[in-house]
Amino acid sequence: MRWASQRLSPTFVTPTPLPNLSVLMAPTPLLAVSSVSKSFPGVRALHNVGLTLRAGEVMALIGENGAGKSTLVKILTGIYTPDEGEVRVAGQPVTFANPRAAWASGIAAIHQETVMFDDLSVAENIFMGHMPMTPRGRVDWATMKSKSAELLGRLEADSTPDTMLKRLGVAQKHLVEIARALSHDARIIIMDEPTSALSEREIGELYRIVEQLKAQGRAILFISHKFQEIFRIADRWTCLRDGEQVGDGNIKDVTQADLVKLMVGRPIDQAFPKRIVPIGDIVLDVEDMSNATEFDGISFKLRKGEILGLYGLVGAGRSETMMGLFGLTSLMRGTVRIEGQPISIDSSSAAIAAGIAYVPEDRQGQGAVLPFGIRENMTLASLEEFAQRGTISQARELDATRSLGRRLAVKAANWEQRLGELSGGNQQKVVIGKWLATKPRLLILDEPTKGIDIGSKAAVHDFMGELAGEGLAIILVSSELPEIMGMADRIIVMHEGRIVTEFVRGAATAEQIVSAASGSGHSEAHA
Amino acid sequence: MMPALLKNRDVLLALIVATLVLLVGLRAPVFLTAESLVSVLTDTSFLFMLALAQMAVILTRGIDLSVAANLALSGVMVTLAARSMPWLPIPVVLLLAIVIGAFFGAINGALIAGIGIPPIVVTLGTLSIYRGIIFVVAGPTWLTSKDMSTAFLDFPKSTLLGVPSLIVIATTVAAAFAYLLSQTQTGRGIYAVGGNPVAARYCGIDLSKQQFLVYTMSGAVSGLCGFLWASRYGIAYTDLAYGYELTVIAACVIGGVSVAGGIGTVRGALLGALFLGVVVNALPVINVSPFWQMLISGAVILAAVVVNARAERRSGKLILPEARRAAAGGSAV
Repeated sequence: MRWASQRLSPTFVTPTPLPNLSVLMAPTPLLAVSSVSKSFPGVRALHNVGLTLRAGEVMALIGENGAGKSTLVKILTGIYTPDEGEVRVAGQPVTFANPRAAWASGIAAIHQETVMFDDLSVAENIFMGHMPMTPRGRVDWATMKSKSAELLGRLEADSTPDTMLKRLGVAQKHLVEIARALSHDARIIIMDEPTSALSEREIGELYRIVEQLKAQGRAILFISHKFQEIFRIADRWTCLRDGEQVGDGNIKDVTQADLVKLMVGRPIDQAFPKRIVPIGDIVLDVEDMSNATEFDGISFKLRKGEILGLYGLVGAGRSETMMGLFGLTSLMRGTVRIEGQPISIDSSSAAIAAGIAYVPEDRQGQGAVLPFGIRENMTLASLEEFAQRGTISQARELDATRSLGRRLAVKAANWEQRLGELSGGNQQKVVIGKWLATKPRLLILDEPTKGIDIGSKAAVHDFMGELAGEGLAIILVSSELPEIMGMADRIIVMHEGRIVTEFVRGAATAEQIVSAASGSGHSEAHA
Repeated sequence: MMPALLKNRDVLLALIVATLVLLVGLRAPVFLTAESLVSVLTDTSFLFMLALAQMAVILTRGIDLSVAANLALSGVMVTLAARSMPWLPIPVVLLLAIVIGAFFGAINGALIAGIGIPPIVVTLGTLSIYRGIIFVVAGPTWLTSKDMSTAFLDFPKSTLLGVPSLIVIATTVAAAFAYLLSQTQTGRGIYAVGGNPVAARYCGIDLSKQQFLVYTMSGAVSGLCGFLWASRYGIAYTDLAYGYELTVIAACVIGGVSVAGGIGTVRGALLGALFLGVVVNALPVINVSPFWQMLISGAVILAAVVVNARAERRSGKLILPEARRAAAGGSAV
């Protein structure tokens, strides 16, 4: 019945048949994913995952970072093809050769950060890739605008078809993306953390749209870290953990605690080679470090030989805080002391000189200079050491590269080999080596094991222990709970740019840490 | 062995240059005399120097379109200075030309590094401005050999141990760039900001410092070439070396300097300049029209870009152990 109220004109209709009344009577799921597996070299991203989504329902897809949610979304939107398993849309098996094929089957995704064309109009953004044409092969602007206006009106959006996209706020851009999905007559709409950049009022708007889409008989796969909104908007839930589906059901049958348990509830089975090393004097003392928009009132201390875990959800401001500590963003206030000496960190070179090393999260983008050889990469952050009055001694560079390269077991043909020719794991080792070459007192590792295989992970963990044993103070930024619980002596949890709580090793359960990171811990008891 | 050697683009380019010289020599044996070859090198000296300076700029992901305009402006200004102060010794004149050029280069550097305007926009603007200033300082009249002293005009004809001074200066500049780019911290920084600006910033390497430096150096070399050009050809006017910046950039591209930054060698840039120098000097000897020369240089630029793209694509990562061993070529790690 609901489909009868479809107001989209026939030109929008995609080749796939719309579900008819018989479909509604016999509850064939609109989307059925069964036994889907996907592996990447060294990583099993999804294993035997199933999921069903019925018309007119909102399904929350939950799971920790790295649980496989994004991989599943990429399979559903035609970016990846599954190694095994089947995807059915309205009962028909489908395979997507490309994103366009997924559109054609009626699946559309709305991303966390909108991917659209800022310098084009709203109408052009809605119809990009499938603009209506006149019989003579020209863009039919009149139709495009009237259809855009109709779609926008239906969504009660403030923008007009002629508005330049860049003039819109994030929430309005989301509406344009939803309009784009509707223009394709998408029956299955995937929303990947759609509220992360929205204000309270805008979130309310989004809920309204979701209700409207539901009422039209569309199905929504809603990915979110925020339990509050999951319980507000979703009808059912599916949980992924380590690439496997670990449960599903009706939202009304579960509590937040149940879901958290499922998300993290694996026994910490990986053996972490945590070494017990003597903890020494205070190396780093940060007091009230703040900048304008990213983090506020950050205070903590770190001792020699200590590993401090920094946990938080994606977007909690962990990397931003570390960039502030490393002089890459300007601080508004706060003091940083290294071994008791207040230092002014206004640039990364000042941070390096103070003995801070930062291995960034995006090692290829932020760390590796691909046209450079291993030697030139290894010494890039510590060139002073190898230069005399500006002239570099390549022999000394090579000595240092050789010893660091061997210590980190870099596999390469020779030490002059271009970094672009190395495998990802080896590039990573070189980037870590580059920072060790600066002989730091404080080492910041941002997601050091993200995207690497189990074997390399263990090696990184072992190496961290070894460095701590040598008296290095380490900050481990990680989204992976077992890693942070296994390796850190203390865990600081951040939420929305502030430190919300601190746990000593072994004092907190995984559930407590996740709750704190979701902002639903004791600090928000009123919420 | 031979095919492996041919894959090296520098070797390939050198072979192409040699073949070109020999072919022209077959038609016109006079071209192969030492005198004629030295004259080709002398004429190409400007291109050698300017290409090296341009390469340093391109390595930082920049471009300097104002080099020829700066050359003309410095040439005119130094000629005027030498005319009004004929007692100035030539080394001082030469130094003055470098300082003038460096000043105008530093203006580019300040706008790009200080304010953050894209290099192509800044140097496109200063290209016109510098040519315009020539008119302001010198008026519409051409400065000719009548305006230059004998010492001024004789400098390019002088030799050191039998080598023409232009070649001596070009060699010195080339050696300086080779040292700077491959042996010093500054040089490493220039490559690093082009190879990965973000990584360089994390390593404490300041992009704006490198930018200011390369544009100032580019200006200094333009100034030097301005004096040499005016004295060699006995002329200085608004349209001196008009459009020459494109030849300079072409030499870099032919020589394998990546316009995406971070990749390029002194040897490659010199070979690229040599190739263009030979095309321009040798082809007229066998009566090839200038239009054919343009067509040939253009085709070679495109071919060089294709060769570069191929080379980039073909180099896969060495993940297989046997691939690593093969790449090591037997040499132990």
